[in-house]
Amino acid sequence: MIQFQYERASTAKAAVNALTNNANAKIIAGGTNLVDLMKRNVMAPTKLVDINALPLREIRQQDGKISIGAMALNSQVADDKLIIEKHPLLSQALNAGASAQIRNMASVGGNMMQRTRCHYFYDTALPCNKREPGSGCGAMEGMNRMHAVFGTSEKCIAVHPSDMCIALVALDATVLVTGPKGDRRIPFEELHRLPGNQPEKDNNLQKDELIISVEIPDNSFSKNSHYMKIRDRASYAFALVSVAAALNIEGKVIKEARLAMGGVAHKPWRLKEAEKALVGKPATEETFRQAAEIAMQGAKAYKHNAFKLKLGPNVIVEALKNAAGLV
Amino acid sequence: MNEAFFDKKEYKPLDRVDGRLKVTGAAKYSAEYPLPNMAFAVLVGSRIAKGTIKSIDSKAAERAPGVLAVISHLNAIKVPGYQPKGEHPSEPSTNGQPLRVFFDNKIVSNDQPIVAVVATSLEKAQYGASLVKIQYIKEQHKTDLEANAGDAKLAAAAKKNPKSPTADYDRGQKDAFESAPVKFEAEYVLPTEVHNPMELQSIIAHWEADNKLTVYDKVQGTKMTQKNFAKEWDIPEENVKCIATFVGGAFGNGLHNWPHETAAIIAAKQVKRPVKLVLTREQMFTMVGYRPRTWQKIQVGATRDGKLVAINHQSIGQTSSYEEFTESTLMQTRMMYASPSVSTRYRILPLNVATPIWMRGPGEATGAFALESAMDEVAHAIGMDPIDFRLANYTESDPDKNMPWSTKYMRECYEEGKKRIGWKNRKLKPGEVRDGEWLVGYGMGTGTFGANRGPATVHAELDKEGNLVMHCAITDIGPGTGTAMVQIASNTTGISTDKITFHLGSSEFPNAGLQGGSSTVNSVGPAVLAACNALKEQLITMAAAKGNSAFTSAKPDDLMFNKSELQLGGKSAKTTLADLFKQNNLEKIETTNESKPDENRNKYSMNAFSMHFAMVHVHPFTGQVRVKKIVCCADAGTIVSPKTAESQMIGGATGGIGMALTEDAVMDHRFGRYVTKDLGDYHVPVHADVPDIDVYFVNKPDLLADPVGSKGLGEIAIIGVAPAIANAVFNATGKRVRELPITPDKLI
Ligand SMILES: Cc1cc2nc3c(=O)[nH]c(=O)nc-3n(C[C@H](O)[C@H](O)[C@H](O)COP(=O)(O)OP(=O)(O)OC[C@H]3O[C@@H](n4cnc5c(N)ncnc54)[C@H](O)[C@@H]3O)c2cc1C
Ligand code: SF4
Repeated sequence: MIQFQYERASTAKAAVNALTNNANAKIIAGGTNLVDLMKRNVMAPTKLVDINALPLREIRQQDGKISIGAMALNSQVADDKLIIEKHPLLSQALNAGASAQIRNMASVGGNMMQRTRCHYFYDTALPCNKREPGSGCGAMEGMNRMHAVFGTSEKCIAVHPSDMCIALVALDATVLVTGPKGDRRIPFEELHRLPGNQPEKDNNLQKDELIISVEIPDNSFSKNSHYMKIRDRASYAFALVSVAAALNIEGKVIKEARLAMGGVAHKPWRLKEAEKALVGKPATEETFRQAAEIAMQGAKAYKHNAFKLKLGPNVIVEALKNAAGLV
Repeated sequence: MNEAFFDKKEYKPLDRVDGRLKVTGAAKYSAEYPLPNMAFAVLVGSRIAKGTIKSIDSKAAERAPGVLAVISHLNAIKVPGYQPKGEHPSEPSTNGQPLRVFFDNKIVSNDQPIVAVVATSLEKAQYGASLVKIQYIKEQHKTDLEANAGDAKLAAAAKKNPKSPTADYDRGQKDAFESAPVKFEAEYVLPTEVHNPMELQSIIAHWEADNKLTVYDKVQGTKMTQKNFAKEWDIPEENVKCIATFVGGAFGNGLHNWPHETAAIIAAKQVKRPVKLVLTREQMFTMVGYRPRTWQKIQVGATRDGKLVAINHQSIGQTSSYEEFTESTLMQTRMMYASPSVSTRYRILPLNVATPIWMRGPGEATGAFALESAMDEVAHAIGMDPIDFRLANYTESDPDKNMPWSTKYMRECYEEGKKRIGWKNRKLKPGEVRDGEWLVGYGMGTGTFGANRGPATVHAELDKEGNLVMHCAITDIGPGTGTAMVQIASNTTGISTDKITFHLGSSEFPNAGLQGGSSTVNSVGPAVLAACNALKEQLITMAAAKGNSAFTSAKPDDLMFNKSELQLGGKSAKTTLADLFKQNNLEKIETTNESKPDENRNKYSMNAFSMHFAMVHVHPFTGQVRVKKIVCCADAGTIVSPKTAESQMIGGATGGIGMALTEDAVMDHRFGRYVTKDLGDYHVPVHADVPDIDVYFVNKPDLLADPVGSKGLGEIAIIGVAPAIANAVFNATGKRVRELPITPDKLI
């Protein structure tokens, strides 16, 4: 770890200023991801801007939506009454991530901005275009069991590791950010990006922008939603594949559907075509199977992750079955 | 013999004698001794798997604040014990030349320690380490076991001695398998597994004088460490002190002295200050051994009614290019079942990797995965219940050594295990039992490990208040050695456990071997017994000398403490300890006693046996496996400490779940570097993976093995767990996974 400066921001503006004034400054929230990366010399900010003192922990019902502050803790959100009642999918997804101890430190903003767990990204002795542009992608021909099957590029096949974000993308969330030019709103689906030619860029946030909150519009999914995460042990492991499924069922017919996948792409992977295929159909296993097939169109496997092409649709079906109460 | 003693008393569950120290943080581990003027060392590992160091640029590091020294082969002081062709100072099973840290510019494995940065604080040392620039000349490395299997060879020990356990073995008819009515053949792979105890390997090296060394060191043998470093530094043994009072788990990785220890000792000498060195979790994967990746092929021939005809079993395990690590992978195949013909072929494959070391259930756990899976596969092939199949091939004596068992109570284990797991709910045909969407399966596996015993000495002191204090150099890596010894002493003397203290973990104390190979209770226990009996004899003599005629012909077994009174054979008290000490004008009495294996070892085959039963749920579409219940049955002789023994079994079963389902040190062979090398990526089981574990002990003494009657427990706790789970997964799904771990992708 290199030596760095530390500043505790007392206003959002001060935090943004600190970022603007130092190209190598980084926000620190819970530190559960950033500090690990610093210890391994994967990231080396020369300044840390601590935003823990900012009043960004609130979870609020506003007209037609719920707003969650960027500094709300993962555990706090997961246990929040309002969230459990209105968006149980988000609560489930949060509880599927990391461990209780980490969730007690991790913030909502930090969770969105957490970086990939690709082994090559973490080891400075190995090539990685994301960590060191131009050094090559270690995973492409290497150990890529955990890697993406959607939206990959020649430069990078990493996945975004978050569980929370899979629920948020399914729930049509919007992210509020502030920067030197003022505030702006980013639809959740546009927050993260595909690797393309710039795998070093995980998302569309500007270097000196700060996430203030995330908003979830009210919906009719609370009765029929499910987050299913398949991993290498029963808890405390990143997803091989995860699925956030949310249905609005009237009678036996699906009126609305939301579907997103984790562990398969560089960004939380929303499955809009599959959603369309669900709407207007009966909530049966057969419908789900058809949607799952559509969902997997365009998926491409690498040496060790071909299983995701089979596991993916199975988990979609299982998640939908659970959401619909068929299990 | 001591039979009466055992008839008289029963060992009761006792809380760990050091439990309070451990949970309150008062227990001091190796890195927790705050010596004045301490410096901190951080190791830099190589980034290639084979080649040479071209240059080391340490200027920036040397200039960094607080850095005291940057040590490498370029400037390290000469270690007197670095012989150009020296043999390993301690480990017969890692035959060869152990890695000599900072000796030359050769790189023989990835992340080999090549530079130590020593500074006034850990953070400064870490920062300094990040500034060291190293250039290499790379050579083509080999790290892939399967790709290089053709280069596998017989171990040197086996070449020298055809009776060596790793030599080729044939019994019965050579081609028996070929002509068997039922023939089964399969290959099994066990990945590299890493011990990963909670406590990181750590050492504080302190040169108290030029030729006087003290190490606070996380090791499994204080005497081994003392000897090795005395030899390495060419100083008298009594000038080396090794302290390992508490060890936070080890599972075998403390059975060898490793390069980081020597690195700290060199650093301490060079900066003339005590030096603390704690490995990082990543370095735990590359610097302190691991269970070697092993390929196995097994052929089983049987009759249609379930009699074994032949077993041929071969294995290739990886080792380093500089030490020949071998283990007893194929030994139980020779003796577990009554097969008239058995052949084993054990090979090792030197690769550009670090040296492996024994890991819980070493060898046997690896071999049992193949053997016990194969037994299940054959039973399935002939449509027989796998327990009936095993019972049909039960060995009443050791067919390998041609000796009777000292004791063997496996039939009891089969019976009890079947009952407890609910074996009657198992269907012969896989995939028949469901619980909702989940498939349900039952499986079992057996294991065995030698009831090892070595010499051990205990010093015991009894004061006039009836406090008994004992000392022994043995370490306690977690099983509860102190607790077990206190219980043996209490049962032998009648002194209550809260008045007994057992000090361990220092080379200053009387001799004991390593804590490994399930040998501690079997070795040190008898020494405790001997010391307690010697004290009782002294008391008897004292009492008799004072005219107490009832004592004249008394034996130690006749004498028991009842609080502070001394009772003879259940009769009323004849004297009190206080009186006796007063009459003799004594403050305390003491004794030092050694206990050694006896000639019974040449007449009997001595083994502990285990049997694990698993009930699993497997999700047919997502491939998730949930172990719902495990039953562990152990024929381990006398259980002297029921509570810690049960914990041992639970810990072993948990390790076995990891072996079966989650643990996998994955290497990218293009670089010869591990990619899963922290606890986030290398998955040990978490609580959610571990179900109720039900433990049954036969608890019958084996007094031929040793006077305590114990046969050892630590190793058998894990041996057989992985195949039990793999067999249960097969019973649930009809899918046979022959390469561990059984992750969801292998089942969909
Ligand atoms: C062992 C382990 C297992 C884990 N398992 C899982 C898992 O299964 N599923 C899962 O989803 N996650 C998992 N995590 C990741 C965990 O969720 C993240 O580490 C955590 O959410 C990050 O939050 P933080 O507040 O600690 O972020 P920090 O570490 O403080 O910051 C992370 C990044 O976000 C940036 N940042 C933080 N806040 C803001 C803001 N308001 N605006 C702009 N940028 C910001 C920081 O600059 C930094 O780059 C795991 C982590 C560990 C260590
Ligand atoms: S997949 Fe992306 S993060 Fe991983 S090695 Fe390739 S470039 Fe780096």
